[in-house]
Amino acid sequence: MTAELLSLSLQLSMPEVILAVGALALLMIGVFAGEKSAPVVTGLAVVLLAVAGLWLVFGTQSGEAWGGAFVLDPFARFMKVIALLGSIVAIGLSFGQARFLELDKFEFPVVLVLSTLGMLVLISANDLIAFYLGLELMSLSLYVVAAFNRDSLRSTEAGLKYFVLGALSSGMMLYGMSLVYGFTGNTGFDDIAKVLSTETRGLGLIFGMVFVLAGACFKISAVPFHMWTPDVYEGAPTPVTAFFAAGPKVAAMAILVRVVSEAFSPIVADWRQIIVFVSIASMLLGSFAAIGQRNIKRLMAYSSIGHMGYALVGLAAGSETGVSGVVLYMTIYMIMTLGTFACILAMRRPDGVYLESVDDLAGLSTTKPFMAVVLTALMFSMAGIPPLAGFFAKYFVFVAAIQAHLYALSVIGVLSSVVGAYYYLRIVKVMWFDQPTGDFARTGGILRLVFGLSGLFVIGYVVIGGPIGSAANAAAKSFF
Amino acid sequence: MTDWPILSTVTFLPLVGVLLLLFMNGEGANGRRNVLNIALLTTVATFVVSLFVWIGFDNSNAGFQMVEKHEWLTTGISYHLGVDGISMLFVILTTFLMPFCVLASWVSVEKRIKEYMIAFLLLEVVMVGVFVALDIVLFYVFFEATLIPMFVIIGVWGGKDRVYASYKFFLYTLAGSVLTMLAIMAMYWQAGTTDMTELLKFGFPAGMQTWLWLAFFAAFSVKMPMWPVHTWLPDAHVQAPTAGSVILAGVMLKLGGYGFVRFSLSMLPLASEHFAPFVFTLSVLAIIYTSLVALMQDDIKKLIAYSSVAHMGYVTMGIFAANTQGLQGAIFQMLSHGIVSGALFLCVGVVYDRLHTREISAYGGLVNNMPKYAVAMMIFTMANVGLPGTSGFVGEFLTIIGVFRVNTWVALFAATGVILSASYALWLYRRVIFGALEKESLKVLLDLSGREKLILYPLVVLTIFFGVYPAPVFDATAASVDLVVNNYTAALQAAKNLALNVQ
Repeated sequence: MTAELLSLSLQLSMPEVILAVGALALLMIGVFAGEKSAPVVTGLAVVLLAVAGLWLVFGTQSGEAWGGAFVLDPFARFMKVIALLGSIVAIGLSFGQARFLELDKFEFPVVLVLSTLGMLVLISANDLIAFYLGLELMSLSLYVVAAFNRDSLRSTEAGLKYFVLGALSSGMMLYGMSLVYGFTGNTGFDDIAKVLSTETRGLGLIFGMVFVLAGACFKISAVPFHMWTPDVYEGAPTPVTAFFAAGPKVAAMAILVRVVSEAFSPIVADWRQIIVFVSIASMLLGSFAAIGQRNIKRLMAYSSIGHMGYALVGLAAGSETGVSGVVLYMTIYMIMTLGTFACILAMRRPDGVYLESVDDLAGLSTTKPFMAVVLTALMFSMAGIPPLAGFFAKYFVFVAAIQAHLYALSVIGVLSSVVGAYYYLRIVKVMWFDQPTGDFARTGGILRLVFGLSGLFVIGYVVIGGPIGSAANAAAKSFF
Repeated sequence: MTDWPILSTVTFLPLVGVLLLLFMNGEGANGRRNVLNIALLTTVATFVVSLFVWIGFDNSNAGFQMVEKHEWLTTGISYHLGVDGISMLFVILTTFLMPFCVLASWVSVEKRIKEYMIAFLLLEVVMVGVFVALDIVLFYVFFEATLIPMFVIIGVWGGKDRVYASYKFFLYTLAGSVLTMLAIMAMYWQAGTTDMTELLKFGFPAGMQTWLWLAFFAAFSVKMPMWPVHTWLPDAHVQAPTAGSVILAGVMLKLGGYGFVRFSLSMLPLASEHFAPFVFTLSVLAIIYTSLVALMQDDIKKLIAYSSVAHMGYVTMGIFAANTQGLQGAIFQMLSHGIVSGALFLCVGVVYDRLHTREISAYGGLVNNMPKYAVAMMIFTMANVGLPGTSGFVGEFLTIIGVFRVNTWVALFAATGVILSASYALWLYRRVIFGALEKESLKVLLDLSGREKLILYPLVVLTIFFGVYPAPVFDATAASVDLVVNNYTAALQAAKNLALNVQ
């Protein structure tokens, strides 16, 4: 590798470099300054992520780096900004609450930054090896933060469960990658596609592809690889759950989109049936299984399973409209989810106990009207009722599915969204129709800012949606 | 003045009221009075502005007027507004009924008046939006958005079983309309646009029309509601507060009828012709069956709710008769029903506010101490029956003529509904108003207050005015209705010619 190529590669992967170097520096600061440096390290971590994000927003470069293993295109740029935003907000959410949740250790933000670094690598991966490296860096950090509250039984259980199942899925995926490599002779996505478009695909390759997709589906928690989600969501400390629900899902979805639209693009018919199945199963399970949930974090877990199903509807279309729909869906989903988790974090009794039952929201509209209005907007948005953002997310994925003549998928999808509306309505009902049982503690400024902005976004999407839509379209053009 | 975006103004003017209310304190007697005043002022102002739409409306122009079009969300969807003869009067109906809703809630809504008024103003925005939207996605956005405020209105300020009723309302209508969303997308890919003015001219292939028609039917028949998917309506009506019932019966049901005219009949003529016998069957069933059900009710609101379903049967019948009389009659029937059934619910509200029960058996002999109320209710009951000289007669008569030209049997059965509606309406009136004033609880009731007179008398005047002189409505709708009917016949003729040529 010549010096020129090296410097180009470094430029293209500057955000990753910033995070990698920054995370190590933060670790040093933490180690030397001791326990009380946690707030400073947290603040610096946010700054790091913000710098990386700004670099991406204002940068114009694009191209391949590191010998084709890494690619920065509009799609990667868009998804990385979203993932970084998710991480920043999730760290912000933990900031005010860290004391109460025993997350006030300096390692916490550092691990989150490393996980975010994994996400960025994953989003830009253009090669099976880079794919695996990014995924593992992201996941290992996630296992750690899931079990971060080590004195809590539920938290350690969540971490362990996540780790065991995650390791299983990593193993499967690695096996799949080896099969793909064996049958195509390449690890680069472009080369795999080239081989697949000239040769007839063998059964072994299909096996490999199924395993690779299974690994990615595990990370986005799509059915039938969703089993970890409810337990981990419930067991992990709430800011960590918010983190899980945001960036990693975006990154995993991004790599899923990239791997099928690049590496496996010549065999659309083969992967489409997998995606269609996974999508239908996720939508149905996400809708029906959530009905019985009383714990709002578990409910959000099933809700996120369902949302991944909807996002995959767009991917199943396998078209530019479809990918643009997925990008938009993930953006809107992430903002809605973060807003909802900010509300969940605000469910804290004056004596400091965090509440997690849906029924604890009773009468919120009289005790905390602003939060109730925001949470109502978020719930209706998640249910996909216009004119809120969630409707447009669904609209753009289904419009792609109709274009691709996936009628059965679309009909099942919209009908399961009606079932899903039922449990979102229950939250609205509890907040508005029921009598208050007790008040919550004063809501922290950061929480209020996060859910306020999130609520503003879902309500104001009809006005501000234009530029976001164009950016999503531009991102989708990367593949077609 | 011509450049002024009047339709946007009418649609979004209530948002100004919402903003003002958001920053106000609704607590205490003063706060409450301020909230009420602002809500009333906003709705009246919106009504006044909407009158300019009627004044500026050119009756001879069959196309869309006062059109506004802007790029929206940069994905092919546009923010496109406009009215024609069919939609214009519904806008006026909506804005006209809103001040009455505010007045009807003046004392009866005791808690959280601020949120209540905000919900109503938001509802007004989206309802007007449905009628003025000229982009199908925009239409759908407004159409579905009505669910949110109505869900909250029924659920928070409703009666005993409000939670059940609000869920049923929401999920029923949502299930109906999600399929419509898919139909809209399919139309978009077929025609390459979401612009309704383009789609009206497009002419979808016959096979596709069937599916699209069924998808639209799923949404509009639930909203309308037609038998057998009407069961959400009685629950919603009974549990909703008075003003909620007025809006449900007065405007929300008309969203379905408007949709039938605008989409099913105008865009999918071949399928409409194919399914017309099916619609006639359901309409006749609705008219006869729900009238019989209404006879058996012991709850005043439920009775009126079932009568609404029966009256909507005339509307669907008239629409799919697809001739000038039928369509004119259907539109007139919708407008008249909007006023009359709204007024009837307001009448129920008057006695409900005094006695807090809707049981028919709890009343009787009100004519003795509430003569003014008895007269007002008499007029609305007669209008509901369709007595000549009231607005109810015109619509029923025209729809029956319209359908008579197509199918005499349907007209015959529909006409029996007139007798049935007379039975339940008059029986209700006798049980509530006439008879001896024996119940102690009723003896202390006072006649209409000034506010109630203000609510009911204008509606009395309108009911009689449009019954005697319906011309203003027909003048406005004539050109557009003719266009729809002509396009419909032309499309059928073209399809027939094509079939002949193939043979």
